Amino acid sequence: MIDKLTFLRPSKERLNLFIFFGALFFGIGIYDLISNSFFSENITSFLPEILSFFTPLIFGFVGLHLIRIEYSGNKILDSLNKNINSNWFNSILTLLLIFLLIIGIPVILNWAFFDANFFGTSKEDCTNSGACWVFINVWFERLIYGLYPNDQIWRVNVAFIILILTVGVAFFVNQKIKKYIIIFLLFVFPFILISLLSGGSFGLEKIATNEWGGLSLTFIISIFAIIFCFPVGMFLALGRRSSFPVIRYSSIGFIEFWRGVPLITVLFMASVMFPMFLPDGTFLDKLIRVIIAITLFEAAYMAEVIRGGLQALPRGQYDAGKSLGMSYWKLHLLVILPQALKLIIPGIANTFLALVKDTPLILVVGLLELVGMIDMAKTNPKWLGFAAEGYVFAGLVFWIICYAMSRYSISLEKKYKTDR
Amino acid sequence: MSETIIQMKEVNKWFGDFQVLKDINLNVAEKQKIVVCGPSGSGKSTLIRCINRLEEHQKGQIIVDGNELSDKTKDIEKIRAEVGMVFQQFNLFPHLSILDNCTLAPIWVKKTPKKQAEELAMKQLEQVQIADQAMKYPGQLSGGQQQRAALARALCMEPKIMLFDEPTSALDPEMIKEVLDAMVNLAKAGMTMIVVTHEMGFAKEVADEVVFMDEGMIVEKAKTKEFFDNPKSERTKLFLSQIL
Repeated sequence: MIDKLTFLRPSKERLNLFIFFGALFFGIGIYDLISNSFFSENITSFLPEILSFFTPLIFGFVGLHLIRIEYSGNKILDSLNKNINSNWFNSILTLLLIFLLIIGIPVILNWAFFDANFFGTSKEDCTNSGACWVFINVWFERLIYGLYPNDQIWRVNVAFIILILTVGVAFFVNQKIKKYIIIFLLFVFPFILISLLSGGSFGLEKIATNEWGGLSLTFIISIFAIIFCFPVGMFLALGRRSSFPVIRYSSIGFIEFWRGVPLITVLFMASVMFPMFLPDGTFLDKLIRVIIAITLFEAAYMAEVIRGGLQALPRGQYDAGKSLGMSYWKLHLLVILPQALKLIIPGIANTFLALVKDTPLILVVGLLELVGMIDMAKTNPKWLGFAAEGYVFAGLVFWIICYAMSRYSISLEKKYKTDR
Repeated sequence: MSETIIQMKEVNKWFGDFQVLKDINLNVAEKQKIVVCGPSGSGKSTLIRCINRLEEHQKGQIIVDGNELSDKTKDIEKIRAEVGMVFQQFNLFPHLSILDNCTLAPIWVKKTPKKQAEELAMKQLEQVQIADQAMKYPGQLSGGQQQRAALARALCMEPKIMLFDEPTSALDPEMIKEVLDAMVNLAKAGMTMIVVTHEMGFAKEVADEVVFMDEGMIVEKAKTKEFFDNPKSERTKLFLSQIL
């Protein structure tokens, strides 16, 4: 009896036969799944219910078992077996994943594309069952520019075109010009951005910051917070390692305070409590207060990331720098920080990503960036019930921004890898 | 003998409760070569690290080239710039090429123009025979090459005194010779040198005096020939019998 069953064990000798039956079983499993979930037709309805439910899995499992032939000599088959079909447990995981994709992808595609409406001017244009992208379409300008007056939007565009152009140019020029472009981006561009957007000079109409909003506000806050939080974090990190007790303990106190409170509280404090401490008559714009709050908050995290990098350097590097006659600042700027920062590029990227994704919280103080604008749009009486489209759109936009930053950080890591 | 350049008087140092240096008295004259030896933990490294104040002594007096080292010393960087040091672990800056390692301090500390600094660096790298490696990064070099680069880097500051803290202890045996050769050349060129090392062959060839330390004290200090031929203390005899 046992002898007769050995022909069932997958073997190299009858490779084609096993591949044929394996593919057949696997195909039946997939066919059953598809007919079940998309055509409500159950080809195994004659079986007991529970068995019928698991048919795709059982057939797929048998199919994958039949083609699990070691060293078959067929490259594709070997790599399949090695990577996704190495044992029965992996084959089940593979099947479940395939089933999930088969069931999930069409649903998502249908909602987002095939059953969706793209063009129109009002809610009534959304006749299909899928997503109503008309919502995004109609509100697009608001989502990008907030409540910025329509006839002044060109100012926002000009500012960001300058940004994109300079960044684009920076990729194609040599090291020397690049240095100047970076200096421009860090020290000149922020002022251009602010004076263009807020106006009040050069014959530009003044536009209060509470009219700013949307994605452009997300960028403004992120850019400023990133530019400022880095040096502040660096000083805090160095301060925490200082040998002067006053500097050390005030750095520790600062870091632990800002790391200990939730950002939402910080924002409330910045917009509600902070003005009370200012002398009468002085006024600090809400946006500036919020940027300062986010900067200090993220700087505390940045400080700890940088401190991690500083601690990773061997003491010999300090000895070598000192023995060459370098002062504290020369030692740190020329020897220690360049190495430490290189080590912590992933950590820095992490903090910056978190910062960008924290910006929607400014909603609580009445500043509406991208997510805030979506929140506002979805409560518009004419457009009730399109929150899903809005949040999917916001999620996608944030994902694109963050993914780009993440790729950039990885390319930096590769660029500065000089050891070995 | 010529002028005294390093003077140590009754120098004491503690790490917490542990006394690492006990009443060290040592004078070094210009162009003198001194080898410091002794068992590990005897305070040799701490002794020379005190000379450029990488370690602070708590009692006594250290005078380097006319400047006393203390908390009040203002331009400690200036003194350090005159005292070159080579470390056991090379301590090259891994993010810079060998050439940049050599020019960094001259450019930023001594304000030498870049071109001049690079010329000097190439000259020093040629001296230690690794000019062809100038554009590589430290991680791409062998241990012996790295240590010679570190020597060149220190020499680029044109120091008056060179300190060596076990420069060959971290090297494979076949690389020790190339570093020692570079040091011998430097000695012949008339540099003032204090070398902590276990290489007794080097000591015999180069040193004017040998200092033997144990438990934070200078046990014996003698002219090289006398130190090896006729050591006075029992402790020195035991050490020499173990190491030779």
